[in-house]
Amino acid sequence: MGKLVLEGISKRFGAVEVLKTVDLDVADGEFIVIVGPSGCGKSTLLRIIAGLSDQSTGKVLIGGRDVSSLPPSKRGIAMVFQSYALYPHLTVEGNLTLGLKQARTAASLIAERVAEAVRILALEPFLKRRPGELSGGQRQRVAIGRAIVRHPEVFLFDEPLSNLDAALRNQVRAEIADLHRRLGATMVYVTHDQVEAMTLADRIIVMNGGIVQQIGTPSELYRRPANAFVATFIGSPGMNMVAGTAGGGVLTLAGSGRLPCSAAANGAVTAGIRPNGFEILPGGNDGLAGTVIASEYLGAESFLRVRLADGTVVTVHEHPDHGWLIDQPVTLRLRPGNLHLFDAASGVRIAEGPDAAAQPAAARVA
Amino acid sequence: MTQRIARRFQISTLAAHLVLIGFTLLALAPTLLVIMNSFKPRKEIFGAPLALPSFETITLIGYDTVLKRGDILNYFQNSLIVTVCALFFIILFGAMAAFALSEYRFPGNRLIGLFLVMGIMVPIRLGTVGILKLMVSLGLANTLFALILVYTAQGLPMAVFVMSEFMRQVSDDLKNAARVDGLSEYTILFRLVLPVVRPAIATIAVFTMVPIWNDLWFPLVLAPGESTRTMTLGAQSFIGQFITDWNAVLAALTLAIVPMLILYLMFSRQLIRGITAGAVK
Repeated sequence: MGKLVLEGISKRFGAVEVLKTVDLDVADGEFIVIVGPSGCGKSTLLRIIAGLSDQSTGKVLIGGRDVSSLPPSKRGIAMVFQSYALYPHLTVEGNLTLGLKQARTAASLIAERVAEAVRILALEPFLKRRPGELSGGQRQRVAIGRAIVRHPEVFLFDEPLSNLDAALRNQVRAEIADLHRRLGATMVYVTHDQVEAMTLADRIIVMNGGIVQQIGTPSELYRRPANAFVATFIGSPGMNMVAGTAGGGVLTLAGSGRLPCSAAANGAVTAGIRPNGFEILPGGNDGLAGTVIASEYLGAESFLRVRLADGTVVTVHEHPDHGWLIDQPVTLRLRPGNLHLFDAASGVRIAEGPDAAAQPAAARVA
Repeated sequence: MTQRIARRFQISTLAAHLVLIGFTLLALAPTLLVIMNSFKPRKEIFGAPLALPSFETITLIGYDTVLKRGDILNYFQNSLIVTVCALFFIILFGAMAAFALSEYRFPGNRLIGLFLVMGIMVPIRLGTVGILKLMVSLGLANTLFALILVYTAQGLPMAVFVMSEFMRQVSDDLKNAARVDGLSEYTILFRLVLPVVRPAIATIAVFTMVPIWNDLWFPLVLAPGESTRTMTLGAQSFIGQFITDWNAVLAALTLAIVPMLILYLMFSRQLIRGITAGAVK
């Protein structure tokens, strides 16, 4: 029913190509998050799915129907906007019903749909108020309600949490996840926040510079990023990227140590290691030599910032009550299976040897 | 310390108010003079032009003349029809053109915008001869419709310019939400965008209405006939080459101020309401 297929979608403004051939298959009921830095083309892609913007090439299919040339209202979609975009002159009830009235839906059906949305989102107390009299979180709930009453095949969210403050953001995020579980509807959600992407998505699309970098489940993206961009974009704090050279199964990093690595890697590489991929030992041990320059205490954990011999600063995950002091020389050792290698020039992931490849399989079992 | 700052603040506020009050008096003086003198007999107008009408000197002779002679109500009606119709068309077509220019990408968009800005800079009176010829061949000479057409053309460039700037600031999300809900582009313009840009409309209304009401040139050229005379032109009939009935002229001008004042109050209230109630966020 709510299957969404994109076939070779691209978009150019004059000579500028803002979207480069996007192909996508979204299963019915799937929650897809499109994530990327601002200007990466994620909103353009969403607007093309909605029909608010024309694609230069390609087709959009919703529920098996080619909707490429249909106006937004006829595509079976509903959209929730960053700025809520509620009609300021209408009450909450008016906002919920306008689209249905426009489509000449029977009054009894409208009442039924509104009652359903009001029940799901607990909007009862606000029905007669105008958007101006509501708080940000309440407005966004009304905006979601306006999408629900349309009974769309696909829900589209355009950075719906960006205008909310941090506490409210977590609450509304949980509400959206809950909504997806209850409605079982197909949802496409655009955000620049990788935390939102990781927590909400069945599958994530990472975009940069108008190009899809990788499509996969949150754990796939985290464990096997396809390139250096995905590696640094997904995960918080970000993956440490250290320049090095590889050859004959040995990796020499930043002039401060040697590590075993896959035999496939050869020449200049970028090594990616997540903060929790390091083990930290007193100075003088075998590994990467460095100096502690800062410690961030977060209560349940803490992060150390360590400067390596060539000046590269890496972030290391550590227990909250570690005994390391600023300026103390330390040695970083790699936990097994935590090394990601990328080609230094192209940033593309270098395939692992047999021992590292076993890692994702093990993770799947866990 | 704080006291000194407070005192300095008071002094600067006072100075600012003095300047503003001075300017207000300067701007209002001619109008006040016209109104004051319209209630005085001819001898007093010239004998003591700056004096207020006293109990002995106050007279309504000017108003008497104006209301008896000349078809003053007809003039009023003509002026009102021309101003209100022109204003209506300026806002209607101006809003539609501004929406197109601000909302849609099409070839020549910028060129048309530039062309309209030129319309603001080139005075329409330069084309008077051509306009007159056109109106005569269209059979529109001596009709109010001719004036409405000319004033609409005169007011449109500024209206399009101001409104398209305001419309660019209306949230795209709001318009897109309406498109997803299946509203037509006309409904989006008239039901969503126009209420939001109400302050712009009020501004345009105030700034285009006054020159139209006060204009003497086009009524004189295009519609000087007795039945189509506007208020401003009508007031001129009391000014002769040798004898001018100053009481009547001043009385007519005073009367001409009244409808403008009412229209202005209407729009300025709308302007304030537009600013305070246009809480779109």
